[in-house]
Amino acid sequence: MRRNLIIGGTLCAVFILAALVSFFWTPYDHSVLDIPNKLQPPNGTHLLGTDHFGRDILSMIMVGARTSIAVALVAVGIGMGLGIPLGLWAAARSGSWLDELIMRGNDLVFAFPFLVIAILITAIFGAGAINAIIAIGIFNIPVFARITRGAALSLWQREFIMAARVAGKSAARISVEHILPNVTNLLIVQGTIQFSLGILAEAGLSYVGLGAQPPLPSWGRMLADAQTLVSISPHMALMPGFAIILTVLGLNLMGDGLRDYLDPRLRVART
Amino acid sequence: MSYLSTFFVSAGTAAIMAGAAFAQQTDITIAIQLEPPHLDPTSAAAGAIDSVLYSNVFEGLTRFMADGSVVPGLAASWEISDDGLTYTFKLREGIKFHDGTAMDAEDVKFSLDRITADESTNAQKALYAAIADVTVIDANTVEVRLSEQNGNMLFNLAWGDAVIVAPESIEGIKQNPIGTGAFMFESWTQGDKVELSRNPEYWGTPAKLDKATFKFISDPTAAFAAVMAEDVDAFSGFPAPENLPQFEADPRFQVLVGSTEGETILSTNNKMPPFDNVKVRQAVAHAIDRQAIIDGAMFGLGTPIGTHFAPHNPAYIDLAGQSNYDPDKARALLAEAGFADGFETTLHLPPPSYARRGGEIIAAQLAEVGITAKITNVEWAQWLETVFKGKDFALTIVSHTEPMDIGIYANPDYYFQYDNPGFQDLIAKLNVETDPNKRVSLMGEAQKVIADDYVNGYLFQLAIPTVAKAGLQGLWVNAPTQATDLTGVSWSK
Repeated sequence: MRRNLIIGGTLCAVFILAALVSFFWTPYDHSVLDIPNKLQPPNGTHLLGTDHFGRDILSMIMVGARTSIAVALVAVGIGMGLGIPLGLWAAARSGSWLDELIMRGNDLVFAFPFLVIAILITAIFGAGAINAIIAIGIFNIPVFARITRGAALSLWQREFIMAARVAGKSAARISVEHILPNVTNLLIVQGTIQFSLGILAEAGLSYVGLGAQPPLPSWGRMLADAQTLVSISPHMALMPGFAIILTVLGLNLMGDGLRDYLDPRLRVART
Repeated sequence: MSYLSTFFVSAGTAAIMAGAAFAQQTDITIAIQLEPPHLDPTSAAAGAIDSVLYSNVFEGLTRFMADGSVVPGLAASWEISDDGLTYTFKLREGIKFHDGTAMDAEDVKFSLDRITADESTNAQKALYAAIADVTVIDANTVEVRLSEQNGNMLFNLAWGDAVIVAPESIEGIKQNPIGTGAFMFESWTQGDKVELSRNPEYWGTPAKLDKATFKFISDPTAAFAAVMAEDVDAFSGFPAPENLPQFEADPRFQVLVGSTEGETILSTNNKMPPFDNVKVRQAVAHAIDRQAIIDGAMFGLGTPIGTHFAPHNPAYIDLAGQSNYDPDKARALLAEAGFADGFETTLHLPPPSYARRGGEIIAAQLAEVGITAKITNVEWAQWLETVFKGKDFALTIVSHTEPMDIGIYANPDYYFQYDNPGFQDLIAKLNVETDPNKRVSLMGEAQKVIADDYVNGYLFQLAIPTVAKAGLQGLWVNAPTQATDLTGVSWSK
């Protein structure tokens, strides 16, 4: 099943490329208003049309991709950076009070609705891309901690770990040298899924006005802006909507494909 | 068989619809955007209270008509002494509050004393500051003495803040308002609607509708859906101007676009550097392209203004040309003021689309001349707290919807903190002037002073679009004060 990987990878590559290119070039300046040319449907001069201020939607989507990717990437980074060590630590001390503390802490974060915490954070520190990153990042921590712990627990029973223990390696060293390499494939797959959820979350937060603030374009806010104009200029909602759908679809397909590709249990079936 | 049943069903539906068309509709469901925080117009600034209750439930001694003129309300007539200090009001006889108690001179004294009392929470206390004392002559005559002449007193008494309330029902006024109007308060479902019913014992022309329901729909998308689905019969102050052409093209609806007293301005903190420098404020004024804001944020609804005055007022002077769109001039002025490389500032935007969308456009226009305005979107409560009360802001966009409110510039503590003794003297003179011609010239002078000082960025006069079902008539087109007067509304056919 390489097809998923190829389709997903291609979709992701297109958006990452769009985001990278937007640093050097966009068809128009995304922040320049051109009110006489507002609400133009897709045409030759504006490939994806213009919005209610006459801004070029293609340019905004390209720069918006940058916002989405940056927010989701850093948020996944936070989740991995804190979640994986916590998960490894909990697994190494499995059954101890420390394990309990870490896992119940995770449950606590899981129990809170994500949006409520995000609203709380933005209410205290103000709305903005940075705070959106923090909010999304916090909710990625327990996801990675759980996956890591779950996978590591079963590994700790395996003979090669026994051997390492007999050889006198410390728990921390075993975690890093033997456990981590064996859970990486799971984490990469989960990473792509969380990345797609991060993009959705960023769009959701921007949609309700808690994410990236104008004039920084964001797919979510483009959707919010398009809301009352849907019946007049459907392209204003469709374009960022497609961008979100295709990116999330691409990431999910890629995650799926990567799992098939990396999972050792499926390796036999493939050859 | 299936054809047959379909036939009967549709025939039945048609019959029901025909029946509905013949029977005169006698109620109305009208939507407005904001819900009142409570129902006492005499103790809060929230315009939404007046939107529901003014003229419908509560009336004052004088009142505004749809065209903005001030006519007798509960007072049938009045005499003004030669020195202009004593007003003797003759009340209409036999008026009853909705709870059956009589409306007499005692109630007028109670209402006016309540406004001027030290502990009064009236939002427009300053308008009535000249009232020295109120004396009951007899049950239907009341004498109001002023400490100084006030040419605006009859106008001020027409505001929703000076409606007549009764001591018997003042306790519960915030939840159960009892007035003298053509409609009686029935119920308030918080977060949803206020219901009114016809007052059968109204002293004047009775309302034509039996029942009126005010719905509160703040979200523009929900507003569009509610009107399209005909869940509401009318929407006063429709929040999404971009959808108006669709309603205009639909024979089921009529669209009324009226003027309001809402001067929409880029409010500038005159005490905060660098905006304490008039050159910087002038530069901002020249950096703004009003037409682009009207077209981009309001989809063409609105009249450009160059000062804080309503264009439909006879005393209005068009000063928009003085602060025309001229980015080169703006850059030159900034350079003169020592900001050749521009500067960074903040822009607070409350929720209405004129502010949120207008703010994005203004931020882009300011960026053209080198001013980076960081946008902060705030909710109304937060805006009132930090901007209006806390004066912790640099720029903000807001519409000042009170009628004839140029006097706010004479208050140095007002949130934009404009402090010009010359202007304060001018307004003091205007307040005591009773000669109409002199008043017009004083108002003209006042408009020029604030335009010359570029106190705020003057953007446009807010228009009020009302979308209503085709058969509805008698709605106010313009909004001379915040009100949704339903007393003259009826269904045609």
